[in-house]
Amino acid sequence: MLRVFRSKPKYATVRSSAPDGERRDGDPLWVRCDSCSSLIYKKELHKNLYVCSHCGFHFRMSAWERLRMLVDENSFQPAEPLVSVNPLGFPGYEEKIAQSQEALQLDDGILIGEAKIQGHSCVLGIIDFGFIGGSMGSVVGEQITRGFEYGIDKQLPVVIISGGGGGARMQEGIFSLMQMAKTAQAVGRFSKAGLFYLSVLTHPTMGGVYASFASLGDIILAEPKALIGFAGPRIVAETTRQQLPPDFQTAEYALKNGMIDGIVPRSELKDTIGKLLSFHL
Amino acid sequence: MPTVFDWEKPLVELEAKIQELRSFVYEQGLDFKDELNELERKADKLRKEIYERLTPWQQVRMARHPERPTTADYIKLVFDDFVELHGDRKYGDDQAIIGGIAAFEGEPVTVIGPQKGRDTKENISRNFGLPHPEGYRKALRLMKQAEKFKRPIITLIDVVGAYPGIGAEQRGQGLVIAECIEQMSFLEVPIICIITGEGGSGGALAIGVGDRILMLEHAWYSVISPEMCATILWKDPNRAPEAAELLKLTSTDLLKFGIIDDVITEPLGGAHRDHEGTGRQIKAFLRRYLSEVKKIPTDQLVEQRLERFRKIGHFQAVQLEESRVKL
Repeated sequence: MLRVFRSKPKYATVRSSAPDGERRDGDPLWVRCDSCSSLIYKKELHKNLYVCSHCGFHFRMSAWERLRMLVDENSFQPAEPLVSVNPLGFPGYEEKIAQSQEALQLDDGILIGEAKIQGHSCVLGIIDFGFIGGSMGSVVGEQITRGFEYGIDKQLPVVIISGGGGGARMQEGIFSLMQMAKTAQAVGRFSKAGLFYLSVLTHPTMGGVYASFASLGDIILAEPKALIGFAGPRIVAETTRQQLPPDFQTAEYALKNGMIDGIVPRSELKDTIGKLLSFHL
Repeated sequence: MPTVFDWEKPLVELEAKIQELRSFVYEQGLDFKDELNELERKADKLRKEIYERLTPWQQVRMARHPERPTTADYIKLVFDDFVELHGDRKYGDDQAIIGGIAAFEGEPVTVIGPQKGRDTKENISRNFGLPHPEGYRKALRLMKQAEKFKRPIITLIDVVGAYPGIGAEQRGQGLVIAECIEQMSFLEVPIICIITGEGGSGGALAIGVGDRILMLEHAWYSVISPEMCATILWKDPNRAPEAAELLKLTSTDLLKFGIIDDVITEPLGGAHRDHEGTGRQIKAFLRRYLSEVKKIPTDQLVEQRLERFRKIGHFQAVQLEESRVKL
């Protein structure tokens, strides 16, 4: 259940949390591009939506940054907050959650609620890679499921921006695995209601996240060079002992092999989502 | 030579001793009845002590025992007149998943399951029981065929995981697992899933969405294999025994969590020690649960299946003031 109807719309004052590149690099002014190693002025990177101006490499963005980039001002109303428990008593899990909550200002790995994108209302969910690798445990699974249920209830489209290298969250064991079924079924019900689901894959979308709701969109888009796949490239290399193709598991590879509908650079993402939403009114 | 685990050694030694004494008695025509009975009693006690107190890691090893029945063995033991059907009609026929139609106590059912090899040669042709996307597409095709002809579906699950290969990724391993999970959820026929050996993550769940989910006593089912979990946690796959403890992957754990409906007890010492006995056990459980789900009206069947998964998850709602998500 979204808390949309319990709170008045408020102004979105979005915290600036550093992109991944900045966190690794202590320099206050400059950041080195992960792809082409160019030095980029941080302010410029920020202005350029965290895309390297030299090579077009898309840095990872936090969920809050992405929200600011995508939604119409003051339009986001978050869902009822849920937090993880530690169902298996997995060592170190609670500390990991607490750290991520503090660093990212999120309750768990997804920021979700109702929003407007270019005037079109939708349910918008954004997975933050920084939160335990953007993995899906019970909270992410439940929030996504509720998002689709809310979409059916209010006849709204759903947009999910995935970016989880972690797949199903190990620390919740079998409960995480079952979230794959729960979310896939939520998409199924939503789809049978004739509603539109747009899945956007960002770097990286792997494992149980890719093998459930993220690949069940009516339309699947990806950001350039995003890593997309089921098994991690290192595991594939170790198992097969074969040289991996240079573009293996990139968005471009997925497009070439017919697995996604298109690749959209970050600067065009909002317009593209807006256009697609306008086709499904 | 059958595989003997180190924790089984005292039992195997005792069993050998009993066997030896028996043939000696037989050959010499001597009366050692009391001694033999005493030894048998000792063996029984030892068997119970060993197999009823297996650690999670020992359970994982049992599930991987090389003489444990494979899907093809179970099909022979539990069903009649199996007709294997091949191919996904799109790309190929994956030998790592077998499927077809068989009779269960006179009634046609569709049976599907990953297939491991018995020897190196078969393992290579079966890709060590690690399915490619075309295997899952074949499974889905056969499940839809079952729905058309209103046949119940039985899946027998024994798979470490979907194959992490180049071709598998190229042909959409993640996507096809998602499609299987979603479409299986809405099939309007009874589905019974039995985890017979290894239940490795998404590769198992892809054929694991059912109305009743049963598990053999010494099988395991988890989001990640203990080796991979240990590699992530400690960069050391040799610490898999510890990871197996953490993951709560045994049939006892999963029954307690309500993830599975029942545990199919194996003959003492494990399925590999008594294939026929294990087959009879599966048959008995299948008979009971199949007749149970067949009574559910079709419209309620899917609803109940969805509801079963909808409820899974542990989380807590918090007050807005406590939420980190602040506008």
